[in-house]
Amino acid sequence: MTQETTTVIEHRLFQGDYRLLKLSAPAVGPLVQPGQFVHLRVPRLADAVLRRPFSVFKADAAGLSILYKSVGKGTAALTTVTEGEEINLIGPLGTGFPMIGKNTKTPVLVAGGYGNAALYLQAAKLPVKGIAFFGGRSAIDILCVDEFKTLGWDVRVTTDDGSLGQKGFVTAALDLWLAEQKNLQALELFACGPNAMLKAVGDRAIQNSLTAWLSMDRNMACGVGACLTCVIKRKTAAGWEWARCCKDGPVFEAREILWDE
Amino acid sequence: MNEKPDMRIKIGSLEMKNPVTVASGTFGYGPEYADLVDLDRLGAITVKGICTEPHVGNSTPRTFETSGGMLNAIGLPGPGAQGFIKKYLPFFENYRVPLIVNIWGKTVEDYSRVAEIFNDQARISALEVNVSCPNVKEGGALYGTDVNLFRTVVDAVRIKTQKPLIIKLAPNVADIKVFARAAEECGADAVSIMNSYPAMAIDIETRKTQLANRTGGLSGPAIKPIAIKLVWEAAKVIKIPIIGMGGIYSPEDALEFIIAGASAVAVGTASFTDPSTVVRVIEGMEKWMAARKISSVAELKGTVQA
Ligand SMILES: Cc1cc2nc3c(=O)[nH]c(=O)nc-3n(C[C@H](O)[C@H](O)[C@H](O)COP(=O)(O)O)c2cc1C
Ligand code: FES
Repeated sequence: MTQETTTVIEHRLFQGDYRLLKLSAPAVGPLVQPGQFVHLRVPRLADAVLRRPFSVFKADAAGLSILYKSVGKGTAALTTVTEGEEINLIGPLGTGFPMIGKNTKTPVLVAGGYGNAALYLQAAKLPVKGIAFFGGRSAIDILCVDEFKTLGWDVRVTTDDGSLGQKGFVTAALDLWLAEQKNLQALELFACGPNAMLKAVGDRAIQNSLTAWLSMDRNMACGVGACLTCVIKRKTAAGWEWARCCKDGPVFEAREILWDE
Repeated sequence: MNEKPDMRIKIGSLEMKNPVTVASGTFGYGPEYADLVDLDRLGAITVKGICTEPHVGNSTPRTFETSGGMLNAIGLPGPGAQGFIKKYLPFFENYRVPLIVNIWGKTVEDYSRVAEIFNDQARISALEVNVSCPNVKEGGALYGTDVNLFRTVVDAVRIKTQKPLIIKLAPNVADIKVFARAAEECGADAVSIMNSYPAMAIDIETRKTQLANRTGGLSGPAIKPIAIKLVWEAAKVIKIPIIGMGGIYSPEDALEFIIAGASAVAVGTASFTDPSTVVRVIEGMEKWMAARKISSVAELKGTVQA
């Protein structure tokens, strides 16, 4: 983990309302592992005391990029940054995705909306490529299909309105596919997206005795494990304990999570 | 040539090489910021509040950002006294920085027990007693707003520890001077001013409060003027040192507290905004004083003009 003053080298609309922000970050970039995030101090947000966490989309020795969309005060202010501007960043943060297990022959990615941005590094790093299920509201919400295909993944798309791929939920497509699989033990799931989707993916993994790594999203303040804002219930022998999404997570195995109903 | 100003201060027998610590609850238990902050640069480290037994704290959401500040209702989750000793105290063997442990309890007995347990730990330099947490149902703020209960707690802890004792005052009292004086009379070595200020925010669409606990404590730049006023008032009536805190983001903010009457300061919410704040505050204070030929923090302390 380190703190770095980075420079914006690219900032543009990526697709629909989604934006790509690319930062020159020679200190943080090379350290990023799949599933980790960075904590940005958004410029021109003077009365905001908190940083904003973003999953890393791509990273290399020179820097990193994130994909985001304007959903609140912080991201709205972020849309105004321009190339050459400086952004202070802490990263890489959190515990990301592990490598696949020894017996895994087919890794399975499941993403809702731009959740797949957080899976890209994992998709690139995994030694075997498998199948990726991407779901979203509409065609415009399905990002990076070609990029995952280029990495060698079999990409299946679902949309709520049927404007791209199969109509319906991503988990329905996953169910159909799982039902056809003969050797479930050869599968391992990696997922990122809305809570309801993550829970659904986790439930399926548990039902089918699969391992599923879920990237959880919680409100954060410090981002480094100090303030205990971002906690999530993690099962223990005795019941449950709080785990910090920013430090112990954001990636948890499905069986660790105690979902609050 | 500017002489380096003398930044040292004393809290009872605790000698700090500079007057800057971090505010309890904003800096974890020590290791969390170690990659980002040179811990040995600090005058002291103050860790998150700890009581005798492990405690789960509140449900989520636990914090909410507001204009110029944030609300928190973390609810003092923690590993308990023995958990802290086992899990976190060894970490400090690698550092020289003085360690201030913040303690709290649900009952007077809790306060007294936790003080007793920590009294035997040589690595702990001082205890800071939180009688002012706005976010736990039992104890917490109650002990900080009723002066009789307040005295009971301070007495109970004072008996159990020879370590420097700091009492953290609640800001939401009719007269801070009453509590500052009571702390001094009960043998405290210092007071901390202030804890976060009881506050609340509502989502107008869902009409739900923004925190699961409904109310929380406001911290950050928004409360700094309140804290300055409370420090200034307390400084008029007590001789023991005051650790000033509330919205310190810059060396200038810290100097303002010293001029108001604080002997030391703590950086809180600002560490979330920028972990480098605390070191920047130390360096900036030193530079500011050197440039004005102010020879020591003590010389600057309480110099606000009438
Ligand atoms: C997330 C958070 C957790 C806190 N936890 C504690 C605590 O455990 N014990 C305590 O005495 N004060 C606690 N405080 C209060 C701070 O120590 C400090 O008094 C207050 O935040 C004002 O300083 P600031 O404006 O610089 O943050 C907490 C504050 C925050 C924001
Ligand atoms: S955001 Fe502070 S502990 Fe996770």
